[in-house]
Amino acid sequence: MNLSLAIGHDAPPLDLDVVLPAGEIVAVVGPSGSGKTSLLRAVAGLMRPRRGRIALDGDVWLDAARGVSKPTRERPIGYVSQHYGLFPHLSALANVACSLTHLPPRERHARARACLELAHVAGLDDRLPRELSGGQQQRVAMARALAREPRLLLLDEPFSSVDRSTRKRLYVELKRLHAELAATVLLVTHDLDEAALLATHLCLIQRGRIVQHGAAGDVLTRPSTVAAARLLDLPNLFTGTVEGGGAGSRLRWGPHVLEAPAAAAFAPGADVAWTILPTRVLLHRVDRPSRGESENPVGATIADLVTLGDDVIARLVPDGLPDDRLHLKVSLHVARRNGLAPGRAVAVSLLADAIVPLASD
Amino acid sequence: MDWTALSLSLALAGWTLAILLPLAVVAGRWLASTRSRSRPWLEALTALPLVLPPTVVGFYLLVALGAQSPLGDAFARAFGAPLAFSFAGLVVASVIVNIPFAVQPLQRAFGAIPHEVREAAQCCGLSRWQAFLRIELPLAWPGVLSATVLTFAHTLGEFGVVLMVGGSIPGETKTIAIAIYDRVQAFDTGAAGTMALALLVVSFATVALSFVLSERWLGGARR
Repeated sequence: MNLSLAIGHDAPPLDLDVVLPAGEIVAVVGPSGSGKTSLLRAVAGLMRPRRGRIALDGDVWLDAARGVSKPTRERPIGYVSQHYGLFPHLSALANVACSLTHLPPRERHARARACLELAHVAGLDDRLPRELSGGQQQRVAMARALAREPRLLLLDEPFSSVDRSTRKRLYVELKRLHAELAATVLLVTHDLDEAALLATHLCLIQRGRIVQHGAAGDVLTRPSTVAAARLLDLPNLFTGTVEGGGAGSRLRWGPHVLEAPAAAAFAPGADVAWTILPTRVLLHRVDRPSRGESENPVGATIADLVTLGDDVIARLVPDGLPDDRLHLKVSLHVARRNGLAPGRAVAVSLLADAIVPLASD
Repeated sequence: MDWTALSLSLALAGWTLAILLPLAVVAGRWLASTRSRSRPWLEALTALPLVLPPTVVGFYLLVALGAQSPLGDAFARAFGAPLAFSFAGLVVASVIVNIPFAVQPLQRAFGAIPHEVREAAQCCGLSRWQAFLRIELPLAWPGVLSATVLTFAHTLGEFGVVLMVGGSIPGETKTIAIAIYDRVQAFDTGAAGTMALALLVVSFATVALSFVLSERWLGGARR
């Protein structure tokens, strides 16, 4: 059960070959202009790539080499575009019923009502799209997309036009609908937090190419390349030299030698980029030392502190590395208890398993 | 009051609309969506009757419809009567002269339909015909209305081309605009004034009706 995508196109540029798991919420994440929407449009058949093959569980929708290209209307998809594309002259009910022309006319309205109910917009049947709020419009668009019982639901930044509180409710709705319908969902977003919340599988895309894909948890915490780390906006990006080999592999980072089992994949003596999540940099408590402090201890001086809600981001200057900035994320009460302040000397541990050496792009 | 001329004008406007409107819907929709490089040339061609003097358009139509032309010859063989200086010839000329008045509003109306809406119709599984009838045509309704009114009103008032192609044959090609001219030439200002007033009332009623319908449609859209 998978969605197989091999697409090549010149304008907009797309060059990717990836097999995605069916039945999951797959987030396609990348910056503006990276080809996310083009990818979705190619899958929907709204754009015909010059080269490639698109198949869902062996059902071939596009095979450019053999001249096969199923028209959009024959692909079992539901599509919610960024601004929903609701038919402005039709009521919510009629919008959904438009997706049900394959049913006898008598059954359409009953089924459309059931879809609106499923999307939690029952009772708004006769409203025109302009009489609905952004969140209601999104739900009607979702009901319309689900009405055909699609095998693949394509969502193009569907939460970008609604306010924050509505967005949170819609996240829950999407999760609920996905659990009920078991369709594959391809969700395009530029918001990593949104992808992390919703997706089980993550696909990072840049300039029309897949940079990395895999289980969302893995991709978010263990980028494979420098480009992936940059797309994930990871602040701790450094260069080190591999020492030793096998399970005892280490990374030399200035005067510090860090245990890094993952560095075993690189040749000893090689200079590699590496990263670590700010949440995996542990602050040594000033009042009560703990056992974890023996793991990759690094002395540093606090350059500055930024409070973001209940969290504090501290930028540290590691000892012997005046040009590097190690980002540390702690909760506000931990920062207060430890008296963190600019200029103060601290000690941190870099968790060995969280040190991720990166392949060059 | 020349009732024959008035009814001829109304018949000419009706026939012109009946023939031109469906063609203009197809052409307007195509021009609104095509990426063909020929589009600017075709747009220029459809707009040509707007900028050419009626005598020039009339001259070329007379040449194209005359007995020596393939079209005029074919028509004469099929129906046993010439196309030029006949009601049928007048209809052909009127259709051609009114192309910009019908095509341009429809092109603008179809072009104003958001791309997302067109694509949503495909994603809903609607066939091309279903998408056209259920989504595009209702959304392009203001354009259809404008095209109808402009074509109708312009046909009623058309003078130069009608005179060139049809002459002034009572009951055949003498429209109300020609009749007014005739009466003025004959210093019969009373009859000319009556007919001018009739033309004014009919034209005003047509345009006013279009504004009322348009307002009702837009009012519904605003509510």
